[in-house]
Order: sequence, then C-alpha cells, then structure tokens
Amino acid sequence: MEIKGVNIKSMKYDAFNDNEYIEQLRANGVNVVVGKLDQLINWGRSNSLWPLTFATSCCGIEFMAVGAARYDFARFGFEVTRASPRQADVIVVAGTIVHKMAPVLKRLYDQMAEPKYVIAMGGCAISGGPFKGSYHVLQGVDKIIPVDVYVPGCPPRPEALLYGMMQLQRKVKAEHYFGVVNRKEKKDTAKDE
Amino acid sequence: MNKIKDKLALWAPSVVFAEGEPLTATVPADRFHDTARNLKEDPDTRFDYLVCLTGMDWGETLGAVYHLRSTELGHEIVLRTETADRENPCLQSVSDVWETANLNEREVFDFFGIRFTGHPDMRRLFLRTDWEGYPLRKDYDASPEVNPVRLENDESPDTTTVWEERDGKAVASERVIFDDSEYVVNIGPQHPATHGVLRFRVSLEGEIIKKVDVNCGYIHRGIEKMCESLTYPQTLALTDRLDYLSAHQNRHALCMCIEKAMGIEVPERAQYIRTIMDELNRLSSHLLFWSTLCMDLGALTAFFYGFRDREKVLDMMEETTGGRLIQNYNVIGGVMADIHPNLVKRIKEFIVYLPKMLEEYDEVFTGNVIARSRMQGIGILPKDVAVSYGVTGPSGRASGWHCDVRKLKPYGVYDKVDFKEIVRTGGDTFDRYLVRVDEIRESLHILEQLVDNIPQGDYAVKTKPIIRVPEGCYFSSVEASRGEFGVYIESRGDKYPYRVKFRSPGLPLVAVVDRLASGGKIADLIAVGGSLDYVVPDIDR
Repeated sequence: MEIKGVNIKSMKYDAFNDNEYIEQLRANGVNVVVGKLDQLINWGRSNSLWPLTFATSCCGIEFMAVGAARYDFARFGFEVTRASPRQADVIVVAGTIVHKMAPVLKRLYDQMAEPKYVIAMGGCAISGGPFKGSYHVLQGVDKIIPVDVYVPGCPPRPEALLYGMMQLQRKVKAEHYFGVVNRKEKKDTAKDE
Repeated sequence: MNKIKDKLALWAPSVVFAEGEPLTATVPADRFHDTARNLKEDPDTRFDYLVCLTGMDWGETLGAVYHLRSTELGHEIVLRTETADRENPCLQSVSDVWETANLNEREVFDFFGIRFTGHPDMRRLFLRTDWEGYPLRKDYDASPEVNPVRLENDESPDTTTVWEERDGKAVASERVIFDDSEYVVNIGPQHPATHGVLRFRVSLEGEIIKKVDVNCGYIHRGIEKMCESLTYPQTLALTDRLDYLSAHQNRHALCMCIEKAMGIEVPERAQYIRTIMDELNRLSSHLLFWSTLCMDLGALTAFFYGFRDREKVLDMMEETTGGRLIQNYNVIGGVMADIHPNLVKRIKEFIVYLPKMLEEYDEVFTGNVIARSRMQGIGILPKDVAVSYGVTGPSGRASGWHCDVRKLKPYGVYDKVDFKEIVRTGGDTFDRYLVRVDEIRESLHILEQLVDNIPQGDYAVKTKPIIRVPEGCYFSSVEASRGEFGVYIESRGDKYPYRVKFRSPGLPLVAVVDRLASGGKIADLIAVGGSLDYVVPDIDR
C-alpha cells in the first residue's frame, strides 16, 4: 500500500475562540471596578488550576504523557498534580467509571474545595464509550457529577486534552467571582431567578 | 500421553476423555480435588502450573475448565468438571493445590455463583457485596433496574464465608479476616502508588505489615460478557483496552486463537510486522515501568527521562498504526495496513539511540544507594511460590522460572530470531527491576535482527466477511509485557463466541502481594507493587 502525503488539517485560530457558551457567560454586564477585579482574580485562578492525580484506565496513561516532558501541561498553569482532592482544583476523569467506582468518584468530587471543575476525558467518561453495553459500566460521569469540558477520543491525543484544558481556562476567565453565583450545580439559586 | 490417561482412569474411574489436542478429560466433581492433587504430585505428571481457570455455563450444567502445564516435563492437559445443580452449585476447591486458584475461584463464584468447598475465603472478587445475580450466567438479567448505580459506599466486611462438604452437603461457616484488635489501614482505590484503582486493606503492627487483603473490581468492565454478544472481529477492539500497555500483544493472542481455530495461514510479512510491533510495545511498556517505579521510589526526574524516550516509541507506532497507546492494528488474518515507509529507518535510529539512554538510566537510578537499599532483599519471591501462584513474565523470570512463552511455544517469528531469555535467581524487587531493564536491551536486539529482513508479500489474507469459528474449545497464549496472556474461546459454531476468557497476567501478580509484603515495612509495599508492575484494568477485565 502506498501512503500519500498525509495532510493534517490544523485548527484555525478563530475556531479556537469560537465558543457560544463562553459568550453566554460573558453576556451579563457588571460594574467596571468589580469587573476588573474579577478579571484579575480569574487570570490568576485560570493559570493555576491544579489537577487531581486520578486515573482509572487507558486515558490515565495519556494523562501522564501530557504531564511528562514532551507535552508538559505545566506550561499552561496545570503546574503539578495533587494526590489529595483537598488540594486540587480540577478533576480529570481519565478512564472508565464502573458501578463499584462510582461512589468513590462522587466522594472525591465532594471532597474537593470550591470552586472545582471536572473534565471528562475519553469516550468512557463521556458516555461509557466502547463499554456502553456492559452491565457494570456507568454510562457517562455526568450522571453523577457535573462536567465542565468533554474531551472525546479513545484515548484522546495529548493535544486534544491540552485543548480541552485550555477551554476550561477560558471558562474560568469568563466567570464572575464577586456577587454572582454561576456554578451550575447550585440549583436552588437557579430556581429563584 | 497414554500414561497420563491410565493414571487418570486409576484416580477417577469415571473420567471421560475428549478427542483432539491437548488431552482433555472430564473429571467427576466428587473426585476432582484428589485427582488434581495426584496430577500435581505424581512424578509422571507433575502438573505444577495452573495456567488458566475458566468458569463455564454450559446451559444445563455449570462448571469450570482448568488448563494445566508442567514446568518440568512441558506437557499440558485440560480438565473439566461440572455440576447439574443450578440452584446451589458446588465444586471442590483446588486452592490448596495451586495457590493461583484462590483468586480465580473467587472470580468464578462472583460470575457464576459456584461455591468452592474447602476454599478459605469465598467472597465476591470484583462486584459489590450487594450485587444481585451472577453476570456471566446465560440467564442473567442485565437490566439496570436490577442493579442500578448505587452511590452509597460498599461496606467491606471483616469476615468471610468458608464452605465445607459434610455428608454430601455444603455447610457454611464464618472465618474472620481482620479481628477487632487489628489495626487496618486502607490504601486505595484512589492512591497514586497503586497504579490504577486497586485497593489494599493492610493490617499493621507498628510499621510492619501483618496481612494484605486485595480488593479488586474498581475497573471491572465486564469485557468477557460483552464479547459473548459481539462478532469475532468486534471482540478484537476490546482486547486492546485490557492491558493498554501491551495492547498489540493482547490482540495478537486473540487473533492467533481465532486463526488457529479457523485454520487461517497468516502471511510471513504479517508475522514479521506483528513481531516487530510486539517488541515495540514491550519497549514502551518497560520504559513506562521504569519511569513509574522510579517515581514511586521518589525519583521524579527519572519519570521525565523515561517518558521522553517512550514518546519516541509511540511516534513510531503512531506513524504506522494511527494510534499512540491503543493501536487496533491486528486483524484476523494479518494486520490492518502495511507499515509506514519510515518505520524501518526510525527503528534503526532508535536502536542506536536507546542504549546510550539506558546507560544514563543506570547512572541516575540503578547505581543509586537509596534505590538499591530500597529494592535489594525486599519482597523475595521463591521459584516454587512463583509457579504455584502462576506469576509469569519478568516477575516470574526474576525468581528463576523459565516461563517465556516466546521460548516455550514460539509464535510469530520468534523461532527465527536469536535472543536470550533473561532469568535471574534472586527473586527480590531489585531482580525484578533488572530483568525488565535487561529485557529492554534484548527487545532492541530482536528488533535489530528483524527490521532488515521483513519479506515482501501480503500483509493480510482475505477472510470471509462473516467469521464463524468451528465448534470446539481453543486456547492460545502470548508473552505480553507483564506475563503470559492467554485467550480461551469456546465456540458453538456461531458468529459470536459462546464464552471468551482472558488469562490475565495481572491477577497472579496482585494475589502474590500479600505473600511478598507481609512481614515487611509498609513503605516496601509500594516498592513491591511497583516492581510487580500490574495494570489494573487487566486484572479486573
């Protein structure tokens, strides 16, 4: 078989900034002073998101690869992975979550301090992936914890995970720190509005 | 062969032999334990290695299939035993004959509900204690209403059930694992040093470990049950995700098993490509082992060194197969696509590059005083224990057991290359480490011989669009990165397998942790676990 010149389409820079959800978050106007303070704090927060050392299967190895020398997510502020959920800002659910693991994942998420974020990495964490038909596999982690960014793939390439993590940073930057509650799991305030 | 048949007929008069290779005997359930003990101890049989224990649901009856091998005499036998009682099925335990049967029988109990009389610890192995039903039975109700996702914690009981046979009836009694006076520390499932979601309950006396109770199932994905409703080409995709660090080798085993059953002759070019990819996979796995073991022992720089070199292997695999970690490259009858023109050149560059890096590894870590004192003389595994537990792969070879499947039953083109089987005799953590580092060099040596000699020809044979495996039972195994990976298929002539069992190299490795870590310090548990190099999704399947 002859392999012809492989043309990999790179992502356009405009596409990187094209995210309707972020625009929605930004749509609510705020006071200039508070807004500037928000920006300053979010700039700091978004560039020091520390992930939890959490991996269940194949995606975990790619997660390690992203942390290692070549891809090195420390460049973007994901400085080190923390072994304790108390010290982590973001949990990257890397791999299949099965019935027996579900309560453990829920507990880990509950133990993390607010504000906290979840990235669902790979097909299994998004929907059960190749194991969707199995009797013992949770059909997506969004059934038990709220997910901020979905990164598809089986397993996703390190570049894909980096892209997903940077989307999370953009989301953090668009959040309001003062006065407004915009975390989606707080359903009581959503009802009041 | 006839000698074994005569002996078996003597020990169990109503034994039934099936035709074909290897010798298959159905032993009546009431004579099974004594027959097994005789098979192990008789000087003419000496079956000291239980390769694979498979639970079976044959419709009318429930039972188990035992693949036995003799490490001295090299012969093999398959034993079958069954019980017609589906309500309260009971079989005799052989966990006192072969230690590896201990966890395997718990797995069979978990999946089929078969109780083993005389087993010291009859608990579920993978599923929650409050799980309803036995999932691998053919009449299992898989609807989510029966077993919803439960978010309350799974209680781990401190006692276990032992079943004894009295007057032809199985009688239950309670046995205590951890009593109230013991100090039990929980490690995992979320712990960076357990290499995945494995859970240990460790009983401590000060800093000294008294007992380790392994708790599996936090990544049990039900792959064996899923295979029963997938066509043969579809089942291939799941093997890559078992032990993702030997993805290619696992798939090689399943392809070999199906090809053997169908009588498909694989072209020589495909055999060469498969072997090269197997060795590249072994390189990437052992480099990751080196990185993570060093990281577990506190050498974080080593982690970056190892991953730097591993990325080069992944690049090569990616160029040809399109996948970094999971390749999906083997298909029934060959490989999916031809190799990339750059592959040969890149492998040659890598063969020159890596030995220099290995020297650096030795300087950084192997000679380090702290590393040596944390590894030498820690967690010694004697050879007879390794055989009894079925600890294969580099961990078994570090104990002096010649268990390399590439040498014992050459597959691919391993009979055409010249390589050493790395064997050491110390059996401690440091030997397990050294065996793997030496195997990196040996893999490079194999690649060196193969890479210039890839013959021209087809990379795959054409197979029928619908693959139906003829009726029968088939077993084949390969040397995966961490031990013997076996595939057992029972087919009834359909396009779906009737039962698929994967002999995972990881299950014996966690079974032996209790033996290796007991009596040592708790910090050594991490070193022992790191040196055994298990991959948890491969244990749980």
